[in-house]
Amino acid sequence: MDLFFVILLEILYAIGSLILISAGLAVVFGMMKVINLAHGEFMMMGGYATITAVDLGVNIFIAMLVVAPLIVGMIGLVVERLVIRRLYGRLVDTMLATWGLSLFFIGLATMIFGNTTTGISTPIPGFSVGNYQISGYNFFIIAVAFLLLLAVFLILKTTRAGLIARGAMQRADMAAALGYSPERIYMATFFCGSALSGLAGAVLAPLVGLVPTSGGAYIAKAFITVIAGGPSLIAGLLTSAGFFGAVNQVFTFAVSPVFGEVALLVSAVVLLRLIPQGITSKFFRGKF
Amino acid sequence: MAEIVLETTGLTMRFGGVVAANNVDFKLRARELRCLIGPNGAGKSTFFKCVTGLQTPSEGHVYMRGEETTQWLPHEIASLGVGIKTQTPNVLDALSVFENIWLAARRFHPKGEANRKTQEIIERLSLNAIARTDLGRLAHGERQGVELGLVAVGDPWLVLLDEPAAGMSAEDVERMTGIIHEVNKTAAIVIVEHDMQFIRSIARDVTVFHQGAVLMEDHVDKVMSDPTVRNVYLGRKA
Amino acid sequence: MNGSFQKDIVVTVIATALLIWLMPVFISTFTLTVLIIYGMLGLSLGLIWGFGGILCFGQAAFFGLGAYTYAIAALNIGESTLPMLLAVAVPAVLAALLGAMMFYGRLNDVYLGVITLVVTLILFKFINSTAGPQYTIGNARLGGFNGIPGFQTLNVPGRPDAYIWGDAYFHVCAVALAGVFLLVSALLRSSFGRIAVGIRENETRMSLMGYDVRARKTVLFTAGAAIAGLAGALFANWGEIVTPNLFSLGQSAEIIIWCIVGGLGTRFGPILGAAGLAYLKFLLGQQSMIDNTLIMGLILVLFVLFLPRGAVPTLVDLFRSVPWRRRSGRTIRARHTRRREV
Repeated sequence: MDLFFVILLEILYAIGSLILISAGLAVVFGMMKVINLAHGEFMMMGGYATITAVDLGVNIFIAMLVVAPLIVGMIGLVVERLVIRRLYGRLVDTMLATWGLSLFFIGLATMIFGNTTTGISTPIPGFSVGNYQISGYNFFIIAVAFLLLLAVFLILKTTRAGLIARGAMQRADMAAALGYSPERIYMATFFCGSALSGLAGAVLAPLVGLVPTSGGAYIAKAFITVIAGGPSLIAGLLTSAGFFGAVNQVFTFAVSPVFGEVALLVSAVVLLRLIPQGITSKFFRGKF
Repeated sequence: MAEIVLETTGLTMRFGGVVAANNVDFKLRARELRCLIGPNGAGKSTFFKCVTGLQTPSEGHVYMRGEETTQWLPHEIASLGVGIKTQTPNVLDALSVFENIWLAARRFHPKGEANRKTQEIIERLSLNAIARTDLGRLAHGERQGVELGLVAVGDPWLVLLDEPAAGMSAEDVERMTGIIHEVNKTAAIVIVEHDMQFIRSIARDVTVFHQGAVLMEDHVDKVMSDPTVRNVYLGRKA
Repeated sequence: MNGSFQKDIVVTVIATALLIWLMPVFISTFTLTVLIIYGMLGLSLGLIWGFGGILCFGQAAFFGLGAYTYAIAALNIGESTLPMLLAVAVPAVLAALLGAMMFYGRLNDVYLGVITLVVTLILFKFINSTAGPQYTIGNARLGGFNGIPGFQTLNVPGRPDAYIWGDAYFHVCAVALAGVFLLVSALLRSSFGRIAVGIRENETRMSLMGYDVRARKTVLFTAGAAIAGLAGALFANWGEIVTPNLFSLGQSAEIIIWCIVGGLGTRFGPILGAAGLAYLKFLLGQQSMIDNTLIMGLILVLFVLFLPRGAVPTLVDLFRSVPWRRRSGRTIRARHTRRREV
């Protein structure tokens, strides 16, 4: 019974982390059809922003949930204005340019923070369930992930800004004809997406030692999750993170963590071969 | 009577709840020239795509020279000797007129022969002046002309054209009409069109589509004067 | 393509001669060898991407696979000839299988990129985790993140004691690159090559002409992988050790950057882009003022934004637009395209 609970928790945690890792990329890709390959580095910078803020005396939760997203959001804004803006509609070129940006940020971070691993300890202690030790932080992550998803859903569904954003996502030219500037919408969207990436990086930072190249570990999983999710933002994220998270954990338990990772990747290849347009192009269609 | 080169039985195409083509039976004989007309959304282009393999029909069968080609892919159908021109021009923009046509010829002939046939078509279509120009730099009418050339160079026995007159000047249309008549000497031709003047000048037998089904099939004069067809085009109840 | 195959041969011979006799004056043959190898790797992607329209995010997978196949085979066989052949064959076979799966599945640009990226990751993660002694193929321990050292390097076929190394190896690599370049040129001039370019331009139209686009893309993809595999084997011999980094995402990224900077749609572009950037990285590595990853990233961004056609086509156009080179009746191409054949 205890084991079942632990496994369930681990699966939820795997799904939650995937959601967190992918949210920023999903927002930007889902809304603007831009693939930001610097997303992993935005996460990394969120981590460093958190560490720096904490060193300066800021409370860790504020650093993670407020400071980091704001800072990375601003960085995203600058990136959007300088680079992304010139490449709208050019999908492959955007991927290449953002890949270049990711290298740029890695180099920048290396110059500022050096190559060694920095860490912060998890701010929530663990506790026991029967014979097993559970990290309390995992709960926090699961909570943040699902709350985030809920928040994005509510904003998109109930607020005016969300409605405008959804409209622009479907037909930018119509939104423009109705008087809404697509440029500003894209700018705001990219800001939000980057802020989400920063938040994710900040929250996940205490778990692994932070290094300028940490982003690399995230980008592949995020990329896969978002593409496999398909056109719907929330539904896609939920279903694809759900699927991959479960696969990952099941194989991790059954064999080993490395096997879990490989299983995730292999299942991605199979899934994309079968449903090239993503899960929500076939199932849950029409839900955003 | 000449053999039947293209036939469909019960051809149906559904997109979700929409029935774009509804149980279409169609027959075309060798060297026949047939125009498909009908208002927007009537199912002409859907029919065209199902026949050319660009889409797979939900139900029904397609036969070419007696062989069932329903599930075939476009390249398999084209390899039979069928020339296809799509609604929006599908040409190779960064390559020259000569290269475009050469690639079409090469499919059915070895290199040297392909060179020869390409030159021939370029002469026949008076494309000499632009033979080395990239397609991307040509005007729309010229592009359509080249596309016709690359369709014809393979000596097809069946040619399917989707809106060949679209965006063309009267001059271009006249020249194209000439080419079509020439090709018609050896090939059966199906033309999907909107341009009424062009249809009047070129058509013999016409098939009228309406709401995915065949409304009427007869000689062009009869069709043009039929009140039902007029109503359909004007949006009144048929 | 302009000119004729004879012209290609002449250009290749001259370039190779310059490479073998002139370049060592400026750069050590040891460094030149690896630049040549990277050049070949760049050409492999340049072929399938620039001419075939296939964007592969994981070309490093075939590079690494070639290197590892050579190392493992050499450790087991003890002589270099068969391992060299296997190093070309194994990546080619994998590419054929992967290609068939992708192209017959009607995947387009982005999804192709994802899958090739994922395959590289799978290989990387897998090999990286094989450090334990239980992971062996015959005599060869896979070694995980440590890599595989100590294998038989290139020898004269049939005489395992007659090693080819140093300057001799440099010459072998230079000739190999020349040979690959000529093969690629011949391929591009052939009907297959011309059809491949057509496919790059408009797959639908090529299908409508009757060409089986899926099969042709698979064949081209396989050819690219074979070349990358050869580069990998040559790299193994040069470095005398193979490590999982060869499969890394970073390596795949670099190959793409080489092609963009050098110029897609040309044969020389990717080669010069690869050699140039690799040498730049080498020079930058000598200084510690500015991080070299930062500079590489900056270069990629600037090129995508301002010089998307790459260095070689831009330079060629510049050269052609100079007044004393202007030929009568020829209009200067002002169009902003990525595709050009040189």
